[in-house]
Amino acid sequence: MSKILFENRSLVVPGDVVAEGDRLTLAAPFLRRVGRSVVATVVGLLTVEKSNNEYKVGLIPLEGCYYPRPGDVVIGIVRDIGVTSWLIDIRAPLPGVLNASDYLGKPYSPSEDLSKYLDVGDVILAKVAQFDRGRDPLLTVQEKGLGKVVEGALIEIKPSRVPRVIGRKRSMLSVLQEETGCQIVVGNNGRILLRCPDPEREAIAVLAIKKIEREAHTQGLTERIKDFIIEQKIKRGLIGGSGR
Amino acid sequence: MGAVGEKPRLIDESGRRIDGRRPDELRPIEMEVGVLKNADGSALVKFGDTWVLAAVYGPREAVPKHMTLPERAVIRCRYRMLSFSTHERKSPAPSRREVELSKVIREALEPAVLTELYPRTTIDIFIEVLNAHGGTRTAGVTAASLALADAGIPMRDLVAGVAVGKVDGVIVLDINEIEDMYGEADMPVAAMPGLGRITLLQLNGVLSPNEFRTGLKMAMEGIRRIYEMQKKVLRQKYAVIEEE
Amino acid sequence: MSITPELPLIPRLKANAIMNLLARGQRIDKRKLEEYRDIEVRIGYIPNAEGSAYVRMGNTQVLAGVKLEVGQPYSDAPNEGVLIVNAEFIPAASPSFEPGPPDENAIELARVIDRSLREPRVVALDKLAIIPGKKVWIVWLDIYVLDHDGNLIDASMLASMAALLSTRVPTVAVDKESGEVTVKRGEFQGLLPINRLVTTVTVYKIGNYLVVDPTQEEEALSGARLTVAVTEEGLIAGMQKAGMDYLSDAEVERAVEIALSKAPLLIGKIREAAKGIRGEGGEASNAGKQG
Repeated sequence: MSKILFENRSLVVPGDVVAEGDRLTLAAPFLRRVGRSVVATVVGLLTVEKSNNEYKVGLIPLEGCYYPRPGDVVIGIVRDIGVTSWLIDIRAPLPGVLNASDYLGKPYSPSEDLSKYLDVGDVILAKVAQFDRGRDPLLTVQEKGLGKVVEGALIEIKPSRVPRVIGRKRSMLSVLQEETGCQIVVGNNGRILLRCPDPEREAIAVLAIKKIEREAHTQGLTERIKDFIIEQKIKRGLIGGSGR
Repeated sequence: MGAVGEKPRLIDESGRRIDGRRPDELRPIEMEVGVLKNADGSALVKFGDTWVLAAVYGPREAVPKHMTLPERAVIRCRYRMLSFSTHERKSPAPSRREVELSKVIREALEPAVLTELYPRTTIDIFIEVLNAHGGTRTAGVTAASLALADAGIPMRDLVAGVAVGKVDGVIVLDINEIEDMYGEADMPVAAMPGLGRITLLQLNGVLSPNEFRTGLKMAMEGIRRIYEMQKKVLRQKYAVIEEE
Repeated sequence: MSITPELPLIPRLKANAIMNLLARGQRIDKRKLEEYRDIEVRIGYIPNAEGSAYVRMGNTQVLAGVKLEVGQPYSDAPNEGVLIVNAEFIPAASPSFEPGPPDENAIELARVIDRSLREPRVVALDKLAIIPGKKVWIVWLDIYVLDHDGNLIDASMLASMAALLSTRVPTVAVDKESGEVTVKRGEFQGLLPINRLVTTVTVYKIGNYLVVDPTQEEEALSGARLTVAVTEEGLIAGMQKAGMDYLSDAEVERAVEIALSKAPLLIGKIREAAKGIRGEGGEASNAGKQG
């Protein structure tokens, strides 16, 4: 009935007909049905899973902006202060909104100057609480671990490469953290926060993350990253410093 | 076509064109994506001596904010010729031709972009003609479509374009500047080949209904070939890294 | 910068009604899909213009006028006159038109009409040199849309063609010594030499239907259109696809067929209106004996 025209993990581009047939489950919106065909709409990696005689076809984009979804963890930068809220740059096409009542966790007096809590340029770790297209994405920090970030290094990668940095069942992130000894928080918006024991390990972690970003579309990446970090540690005379 | 009377012979005894091509032959075409660091997507496309650079930003926040649409992203498109891209200096002020072509090119790309995925945002497309030697608008559409794909903006299909013409009574593919200047007709066409949709069609000149049909068919065949090149270059961007 | 426009808001009830009728081959004003509204052409409408025409197509009204001036030829065509086409959508014509320089829609319309006149050499520019290489006639064709109820290109083209047919070339005095040319306004040496008549037929795609001459409401529901310029000999003299949607091969093919079949009607309207000026049948090619 159904035919898959590309192998699992193939690179596809817009206009590629990736499958034909009816017994297919699609991961929208990056795949579209045109008649009996399934067409890719972005440059990405095709994922094909087969279960019970039915294919599940997905497409992981390799490029593209960050577009918020409720539940996403994002690292934001305060860009404007309003009377009752902050406007947060979350690298999305629409600005994040953080209400003062959410951040303070209590009622506040509108006469208060919000900049004494969060000022322009401050970094926050937040969650997307609501985003329904009609309004700008609403952020919350009312969960453990969220809030103002006061220490660490911040780097940016393409948001489309975030799933690779985290890896399947967080495998890649575990390798990164174990091998470098850094504490790493990955925002869905492609901002990554690093808290490392020393500058050498931080440098290695940054190089490793950039390597993942560059090679996101390749296979066997987790192993290569592990080897890369060990190589770097030997080179820098750190060997034996973390878990190995 | 002036009264200057210097019209060269456009088709020789053996049926070859002024630059040695056969009637249905494209100029040598080169394409490259990701040529700019800052743009979200970019492409450089060369059809012989016609060189066009396209850059895409977005979807991003609209400035000013009221210039958005509630159900879809707004596309803003500018086609421009650099001042030294032509024989006589082109004034940098926007000409009526550039105003019209910006619209025609935007409307050639609108049917392809899945703008409904990004309400209240803007997608900016900048097309800069670096060197003009005929067929700049269709090279521009081809480059812009690549830049959109490179930016990870979902599209129904890639858009490719080429101009056909009538020179010394012969219908020819991908006319150059001399054929455009002295020929009888110039017909730029752009389409989404995978879906069989024509998104740009202009005719500047006089054709019989039969000549028109022949020309359109020739254009669609040329577009097919350009489309395959587009797909190849998009894949190549990732193949290069894999080999490293 | 060309920006995705905000489309006029048509109540869904109305849109559905229009679409339902189209499915049955009808229009809200009882017309068939390939039927034009009533067309009125008044030629020589503006006394002070060298040529002019008023065109009413349903509720769409357009005024086109021609002024002739003496000027310099282009360097690549030193022995030819110059044709310059401009269009303005005046603010009175629609609540959506703003005062100011022509926007992309007006520029596109003017350029489509310009090409449709230029390519089939409608105006015999080669007969418009006064002193070859130095002084030639500049033909200013200006189009003003007075009231917008759809199909502006066809109405403007009709007005332009009719205005050119009505254009009289003023008498000039040439100073042999200085080479200076003086125009004697109000005195005429003959009609503007015209080689052939051209019209445009714009075919609009609404849903999956192809119609001609839509009202503004119908136009708001149209995703794409194809303007086809057709000469009196039945040749295609220009084309322009516009709109945010696409056309399939088959739709383009069909649109061209429709254009070729409707063009004689529009050419007939111009010919009829020009009868009084250009003689019986308005034969363009016989007109304008002038050197």
